[in-house]
Amino acid sequence: MIEFRSVSKRFPDGTLAVDDFSIVIPSRQTTVFVGSSGSGKTTLLRMINRMVDPTAGQVVIDGDDVAKENPVQLRRRIGYVMQNGGLLPHRRIVDNVATVPVLRGVPRGEAREHALELLDTVGLDRSLATKYPRQLSGGQQQRVGVARALAADPNILLMDEPFGAVDPIVRLELQRELKRLQKDLDKTVVFVTHDIDEAFALADQVVIFRTGGIVAQVGTPSEVLGNPADEFVASFIGADRGQRQLHLEPRNPETGQVMVVDASGRPAGLLSDDESRASTGAASPS
Amino acid sequence: MNLFVNAFLWIFDPANWTPGSQSPLPIQDRLGEHLLYTFIAVLIAAAIALPLGFYIGHTGKGRQFVISFTGAMRALPTIGVLVFLTMVLGYSLVGTTANFLGTMIALVLLAIPSILAGAYSGLESVDRQTIDASRASGMTEMQILTRVEIPLSLPLIIGGLRAGVLQVIATVTIASYVGLGGLGRIISSGIGLNDYDEILGGAILVTILALLVDGVFALIQRLTATPGVGGAVETGRTRLRRRASGPLATVGTPIHEGNGP
Repeated sequence: MIEFRSVSKRFPDGTLAVDDFSIVIPSRQTTVFVGSSGSGKTTLLRMINRMVDPTAGQVVIDGDDVAKENPVQLRRRIGYVMQNGGLLPHRRIVDNVATVPVLRGVPRGEAREHALELLDTVGLDRSLATKYPRQLSGGQQQRVGVARALAADPNILLMDEPFGAVDPIVRLELQRELKRLQKDLDKTVVFVTHDIDEAFALADQVVIFRTGGIVAQVGTPSEVLGNPADEFVASFIGADRGQRQLHLEPRNPETGQVMVVDASGRPAGLLSDDESRASTGAASPS
Repeated sequence: MNLFVNAFLWIFDPANWTPGSQSPLPIQDRLGEHLLYTFIAVLIAAAIALPLGFYIGHTGKGRQFVISFTGAMRALPTIGVLVFLTMVLGYSLVGTTANFLGTMIALVLLAIPSILAGAYSGLESVDRQTIDASRASGMTEMQILTRVEIPLSLPLIIGGLRAGVLQVIATVTIASYVGLGGLGRIISSGIGLNDYDEILGGAILVTILALLVDGVFALIQRLTATPGVGGAVETGRTRLRRRASGPLATVGTPIHEGNGP
């Protein structure tokens, strides 16, 4: 469990990035911080592993104030994934993944062995292990970034717009993978994004920010969607523009399909019957 | 043209390489001294400039000060510094020690700016995101420096050393002004004797030496090119990119012998 207790951050130049922020992030769930740029969400994320220290308030992990911990030791216990992977360009993939265990004193051979297993976990072919980051696609690099973050088997995984730089198809694929990983590995995931659809796709708990680190609403995706706290949230999630108001078109007599459209008549998808939903549910990976 | 032919004849005259010859000869002794002075001066300069450059490049502190300071240092006329130092040191030290020390200090001052610039600009060229990710993974500042920043900026660091070495090699000739050895001895002896073959022969030797050492450094730069950032195991596209970015690896001012005789 990660707790923010009345956390504020004022940068040396006087900007107030976060003002009196408090929240509880439950363990083994995915909490998504979502907001436009300048909302302080990344600053808050980086307070968890002390990449940023708050000017007031406390960040507490499982009852321990992180300010009392050695930042280096703390960071080695917390996985961190950033946009563009942040991989070391001069190290092979396998050594990139093995970075943190090697820092913690695990023998290199053993760390590499484990790194290969992690490549399997994140769905990468082991043949990529000897390549350099530059030789991989953006999506593959991002998977390596996730594998590296998992290498020390951390309880907490911090993800700072990790899928921001990959194309939409790869992004959906990575989001699916992340959900699977979260389910399999039972990590506490804190995820930062400015994409509300990504937030709804991944989150157990969504935290929507206004500019200046002020929380607009906290809740599950269905709570936020069903009951936006105010106009800002409604506008942010697209409810005021009718993007979330879906209704069914009359059944197409030729194909027998029912189209789902939003308020402006844009098709949002097809209605599936219960039978097919049940079968996809059974087929999904455990 | 005849002048050059005669100069080369002078260089290849076996008599000039006979061990135990009179003063500026044999050539190999002067070559050895030239290289030794260069080596000592660059070693001391590197011992000062590299840690300082790493500190500035890593922390970003003192950058402005060092840029203006090294700029001023570059404007120092080495021969003026040399004469000044040997005179000042001559008051408190034995003549030969003062001369050697003065020469070394002058050469070290000459080499520092290039090496320093190579070190800090090299570190500054490393992607901030890579460093941020390394820190977030739990590397200590020292580990970030030795495992990320230095390996990634090695070509630029060596480029700085290369520029410094070449400047020193070209300038060591002035050591003969204060009675020290090196290839400058041959040139000044030639001037004294009005022997143009010897003067030009000495100058050509310095040039060849500088080119050879430069070639060695070019090779080192290529060998230490960081894999994954332009190493051997690359695709055609990255190899092209590396070639295009090749000149970036040289740091510092182009060498000139303006300070030499």
